[in-house]
Amino acid sequence: MTKIIKYVMTDILRNKIALSYTAFLLAITLSVFNLEDNTSKGLLSLLNISLIIVPLVSIIFSTIYMYNSAEFIELLVSQPLKRRNIWLSLFTGLSASLSLAFFAGVGIPIIIYAGSDTGFIMIGMGLVLSVIFVAIAMLAAVTTRDKAKGIGIAILLWIYFSLLFDGLVLFILFQFEDYPMEKVMVGLSAFNPIDLSRILILLKMDISALMGYTGAIFRDFFGTQTGLTLALLILLLWIIVPVWLSLRKFNKKDL
Amino acid sequence: MIIANNVTKQFGKLKALDSVSVTCASGNCIALIGPNGSGKTTLIKSILGMVTPDSGFITFNGQNILHDWLYREHIGYMPQTGKYPDNMTIGQVLDMMKDIRKNRKRDRLDEDLVNAFDLKGMLHKRMRTLSGGTMQKVSAALAFLFNPQALILDEPTAGLDPVASEILKDKIVTEKTKGKLIFITSHILSELDDLITQVMYMQDGHLVFHNSLEQLRKDTGEQKLSRAIAAYMIKNGQ
Repeated sequence: MTKIIKYVMTDILRNKIALSYTAFLLAITLSVFNLEDNTSKGLLSLLNISLIIVPLVSIIFSTIYMYNSAEFIELLVSQPLKRRNIWLSLFTGLSASLSLAFFAGVGIPIIIYAGSDTGFIMIGMGLVLSVIFVAIAMLAAVTTRDKAKGIGIAILLWIYFSLLFDGLVLFILFQFEDYPMEKVMVGLSAFNPIDLSRILILLKMDISALMGYTGAIFRDFFGTQTGLTLALLILLLWIIVPVWLSLRKFNKKDL
Repeated sequence: MIIANNVTKQFGKLKALDSVSVTCASGNCIALIGPNGSGKTTLIKSILGMVTPDSGFITFNGQNILHDWLYREHIGYMPQTGKYPDNMTIGQVLDMMKDIRKNRKRDRLDEDLVNAFDLKGMLHKRMRTLSGGTMQKVSAALAFLFNPQALILDEPTAGLDPVASEILKDKIVTEKTKGKLIFITSHILSELDDLITQVMYMQDGHLVFHNSLEQLRKDTGEQKLSRAIAAYMIKNGQ
């Protein structure tokens, strides 16, 4: 299994897109920190950029990579290898490479310029989001044979998690504004890994006061040890469930 | 060695395999022929576990291949159009396959074809720069590399130049005399004449017949495989 991971990783790390993704992240992070004297302001700008870009690149790159490796996968399946191992190696190789790209592009500058608690939780969330969206991409890629359709699904999923979901939450909030919705909001946030990681980072930034009463509820819940553990568990589920579903599909797939 | 029992596979409305049952013993070279879309490749892929049959089962050396993967250690497969990761060189692909199949008896690697096709001189070439024929040479070399008990060759000579396809045919004959089971699909029947011992003919997912070449020649009175098949088809009113 480690052998396949090694081949996938060397393949991706030589890929020009992966390299320019790293360079792009590095350029943004460095310019943000050099433009702002105040590192926490810098982190806030970085938050919005990385919460949009990291999932987008992760999901699109991984989906395209999976389709482009169709022949490679076919070759591996005809060899004495377990399908499960092939799939999990591909997942591990992809997520390790994209996490590495994020760590080199955003992680290292944050450690240098803003090595605080907030900085570290941001690095952690960026890494987790990279892996989650690789997992979702693999599910999208295994669902359909058609490359264009698969990439379309990936883009739609990204739009859903980045834009549509917030709109839906707002819609629900306005529809039920006569009811106490604060506790429900905590539950709803579990359905979107991007929102969940945004909340976790914002709470560390001490600007949750800006979020009003809901912010206080969030602080009450996610500020505690149990809340934090639960949030991390939910993020972990966002990795495990798509990988498990895609693996089940891949095991039955005709190549 | 390979037994398929009532294997059926449906893709949407198309029945690619319709209760196909075959028994293949080692030491034979079997030609799998039939028109395009008759289910030849699907049958091969089912044997390799790349396609899971809807019903029926396949055994390899007496063991059901469902949920098994180690049996593929004993199969060398040459796909119809071999495709490999673009960024890798021929040398890397060969190394990777050796790595994956972790041949414990490394001295028993069969590099005849690697040498005969002169692949050693092109080890640094990237896969995306290769011509279709060279790609076929790599596929062929890989199929034979690990000295497998069974060889499955899907249109092996398509795209190969005459010299290379003669080398490959000689290799097939040598392996056959060693007592291996060899499956060949091809549309060029004339080149199969001196290679094969048995013929399987498929049409619309059915196995029409599975006979030894001798028997087929005797039944039809024709020496050439292409004529023998034509004669058989006429005789059976198809």
